[in-house]
Amino acid sequence: MPDQLVYAMEVTLNGLMAGVLYSLVALGFVLIFKASGIFNYAQGVLALFAALTLVGIQNGQVPFAHMINAMTGGHLTNFGWQVPSVIAILLTGVVMVLLAIVIEKLVLKHLVNQAPIILFMATIGMAYFLEGFGDVMWGADIKTLDVGLPQGINETIESLTDRWFGYGFFIDNLDIVATLLAILLVTALTLFSQYSKQGRALRAVADDHQAALSVGISLRFIWVLVWSIAGFVALVAGIIWGTKSGVQFSLSLIALKALPVLMLGGFTSIPGAIVGGLIIGVGEKLFEFSIGPMIGGATENWFAYVLALVFLVFRPQGLFGEKIIERV
Amino acid sequence: MFYREAGDFKTSYSEDGQTFPIKFDRLRFYAVLAVAFGVIPLFINDYWANAVAVPFLIYAIAAIGLNILVGYAGQVSLGTGGFMAVGAYAVYKLMTAFPEVSIFIHVILAGLITAAVGVVFGLPSLRIKGFYLAVATLAAQFFLVWLFNKVPWFYNYSASGQINAPERTVFGVFVTGAQTSAMAKYMFCLVILTLVALVARNLTRGTVGRKWMAIRDMDIAAEIIGVNPLTTKLTAFAVSSFFIGIAGALFFAVYLGAAEVGESFGIQKSFLILFMVIIGGLGSIFGSFAGAAFLVLLPVFLKNVLVGTLGWPTDLAAHIELMIVGGLIVVFLIAEPHGIAQLWRVAKEKLRLWPFPH
Repeated sequence: MPDQLVYAMEVTLNGLMAGVLYSLVALGFVLIFKASGIFNYAQGVLALFAALTLVGIQNGQVPFAHMINAMTGGHLTNFGWQVPSVIAILLTGVVMVLLAIVIEKLVLKHLVNQAPIILFMATIGMAYFLEGFGDVMWGADIKTLDVGLPQGINETIESLTDRWFGYGFFIDNLDIVATLLAILLVTALTLFSQYSKQGRALRAVADDHQAALSVGISLRFIWVLVWSIAGFVALVAGIIWGTKSGVQFSLSLIALKALPVLMLGGFTSIPGAIVGGLIIGVGEKLFEFSIGPMIGGATENWFAYVLALVFLVFRPQGLFGEKIIERV
Repeated sequence: MFYREAGDFKTSYSEDGQTFPIKFDRLRFYAVLAVAFGVIPLFINDYWANAVAVPFLIYAIAAIGLNILVGYAGQVSLGTGGFMAVGAYAVYKLMTAFPEVSIFIHVILAGLITAAVGVVFGLPSLRIKGFYLAVATLAAQFFLVWLFNKVPWFYNYSASGQINAPERTVFGVFVTGAQTSAMAKYMFCLVILTLVALVARNLTRGTVGRKWMAIRDMDIAAEIIGVNPLTTKLTAFAVSSFFIGIAGALFFAVYLGAAEVGESFGIQKSFLILFMVIIGGLGSIFGSFAGAAFLVLLPVFLKNVLVGTLGWPTDLAAHIELMIVGGLIVVFLIAEPHGIAQLWRVAKEKLRLWPFPH
């Protein structure tokens, strides 16, 4: 088999894995958009905040240490204990639920019936606030996150592909774990929204707020629920991205990468988020591999957006989105 | 008592159609102009020019540009940083290629080039609406920044990849380069801002502006009553990008002097200007000024309080600044979705009845 083709296959596989990670972030967007019609820009910052909190709890950092030190002149840094990963993840989950409750109480409740663009901008404001808040609470330095996920090259795949093609593929164990987690998460969420009582209430709210209210579904509870789930998805995404490239500000920028994924897949479709993520992941890796060297490289920065833009010109509602019907 | 329509009779069409029909407004406008042109230049020093005055003037131009697109025509754009970069690189190429031509003309030309680029990226707006368009404009942001980073022709093959503004004069006074005085920077930007504001105000009052607003309020209905969506949306993109390009050109040539595209014109810049427009007030020229003033003054104020008075470390102050800006945006959207301009309108409404409210 020609070398180029084998390399392209490896690139495609890695693209698929990267695409899964994009889908994971995009999933959080879709959940909130479906249930409340809010396009939640803060999803990426939620992931960053979750990862920061997880690291902070794990290492027993004192929250707001920097600020307390600045005010009192002390030298607090941490409590001096290490929390096991499982407990730390659970505690972070609790924090994310609390955050969802606070967001509902302080922000969303007051913005009922506003234009979608106002809600969108409110989430941009929240993103800024959370970004600053996370940094003030846990410090802005780059942290390493380790919850015991396997990392490094997967040797089974390398030896297998070496035997088949005479060239060992480099596939990260972490990416495989991420893929499995993503599949698990999507299955769980689909089951939840199809078969549980709350899940059905959630879909009812998504269809029609007023009709849902009239049959006795509490809108506010559903919103807290949805934001908690989004916080949970953010936590998973934060763990994986944080393990991969450290917990730092750039983590919140993956949210921006999730936007073209959403546009491709359609804002309202969970399968769309997955397929969109895979297309973008594979597309940008292959484009960088084949065309990138000719035009200066680093095309990953913009390829996804331009692809989505061109695609939308031909199909404005995305791949799986509901058809946009406009009435005067 | 002073702010009222009553007794202010108009006897000609030009009087009736003037920009500020109420006498008090008109006098206030002249007073502001007199202070801006006659008083501030006498007292301005380097600190005030660089920290407050010049960034305010330049951001006000950019905010007016974005407000035309988002506030008047209803097309949300997150590509402002990219378009400012087009203005900056256009003015750089023009300045280095035609050194003998006045910088004033270069700035206008840079605006025109940006307008052309804006129209190209505005084309998808005919098919894509709302959020989808907002995300599509991100393509402009990332693609343009990448382009200016990767194609050496744009930065004249300089080793650092930076662009540096050469020294240029207007009427024999330096306006760019290291020798520029605070007053020259201020005056140059002020003159351009005044022109931009006048043009924008009159465009939005006229046929063009009404078409934009019709498209914003409901595009299909507007189409049915005979507003051409193609020309209307594209003129909005063109005019908006023209102003944003001018702002980018001034930001690079007059304010920064040297720029690196990712740092100066990144996505953060797009959001900053969008925030100015939201906080100031969508669909209001005054709001663009108010928003720009607010977001330029706030960090200076916070820095003085947190670092200067309380003595906190600067990185902590920067994070708290993020929190406060983000929090304020949410508070503004909840309390007053129409921004500072709406507060101003309410105040004027009260003033009209003062001191005898019914």
